[in-house]
Amino acid sequence: MGTQAIEAVTGTTRSHMIKRGMIAGLPIMLGYMPIALTYGVLAGQSGMTNVEITLMSVLVFAGAAQFLAVGMVAAGTGVIEIVIATFVLNFRHFVMSLSFMNRLRGIALRAKIPLSLGITDETFTVSMLYRKESKEAHAFWFYAALILTAYVSWVGGSYLGGVLGDVIPPRLSQSMGIALYAMFIGLLVPSVRKHYRIALVAIFAMMINFLCQWWGMNQGWAIVLGTLIGGLSGIWLLDMEEEEP
Amino acid sequence: MIIWMIIGMALVTAVPRFIPAFIIDQAHFPKWVDRWLNAIPYAALGALIFPGVLSVKPDAPQIGVVAALVAILLAWVNVHIIVVVLGAIASVFFMTL
Repeated sequence: MGTQAIEAVTGTTRSHMIKRGMIAGLPIMLGYMPIALTYGVLAGQSGMTNVEITLMSVLVFAGAAQFLAVGMVAAGTGVIEIVIATFVLNFRHFVMSLSFMNRLRGIALRAKIPLSLGITDETFTVSMLYRKESKEAHAFWFYAALILTAYVSWVGGSYLGGVLGDVIPPRLSQSMGIALYAMFIGLLVPSVRKHYRIALVAIFAMMINFLCQWWGMNQGWAIVLGTLIGGLSGIWLLDMEEEEP
Repeated sequence: MIIWMIIGMALVTAVPRFIPAFIIDQAHFPKWVDRWLNAIPYAALGALIFPGVLSVKPDAPQIGVVAALVAILLAWVNVHIIVVVLGAIASVFFMTL
C-alpha cells in the first residue's frame, strides 16, 4: 500500500515522465542503432567526412532521406536535386506533425515547436500510441524524452558507423534492412488486435501508396497521398476510437 | 558543397515539421478532421510498410514478404517489439544464407 501511494504521487513528476518517455523510446533506440551504423558506414564510403556524417544526422534526423542523399552523393548528383528529393520524401512529416500537434493541443506553442522538429516515422507512430500521456501533467517531458532517446541513438550510431567503418558483416547489415519495417509491423499489429478496423485503414493506405507508385508517382508523394487518403477512411471506420478517453 | 547540401536538407525537412505547430495553435477543427488526424498514424504505418517491404531484397521480394509475415506472427502473439524486430532480422539472415 505504501509504495502504491508513493507511485501515485510521483506519477506526475517531471523526472518520472522523463523516465517513462525514455522507456517508451527504447525500442526506437534499438531499431535505429543498426540502421544508423549502416548509414555511417555507407556515408563514409561515399566520401563524406565524419563531421559531415554526424552533422547530417544532427540537423536532418530523417533516416530514409539521409540514405537517399548518400546514394545520390555517391552517384554524383547535384545539391539542388538532393535537397528537392529530400523535401518530397520528408513531406509526409508535415501530415504526421499535423496529427501529433493536434494531439498536443494542451501544451504551449513554445513546447510544441521543439517536439515537432523531432518527428520521424518512428517517433511519431510510437508517440501517437501513447495517447493518455498527452493528457497528463508534464506531457512535454514524456514526449521530449521519447524523441531524445531516439535522437541520441541515431546521432551516436551515425558517428560510430563513420568512425568504425565496416563493422558489421555485409550479410548481417543487409538483413538489417528489414528492421524498421518489422518495427512498423510491431507497432501496427497490437492496435489491429484491439480494433480490427484499424487494419482496413492501414491496408487502404497501402493500396493507395502502391497504386500511386505503380502509376509512376514519386515515392515521397505516394506515401503522403496514401497516408492522407488512408487516414480519410478512418473518419468512417474508426468512430469507436473517439469514445476512448 | 556537402555542408550546403546538409543545411538545405535540414531546412526543407524542418519547415514542414514545425509549420503544423502554428497551424494547430491558430485553427480549430471540426470533429471529422480530428478523427481524420487520429487515423493518420495507422494510415502512415500502412503506407510505410507496403510496398517498401518488398525492396528489402530488391531482386527477391518474397524475402521481404516472408519476413513481414514472421513479424506479423510474432507481434500477434504479443511478444515485445524488440523480439519482433530481431525475429524479422533473423529470418532475412537465414533466407539469404
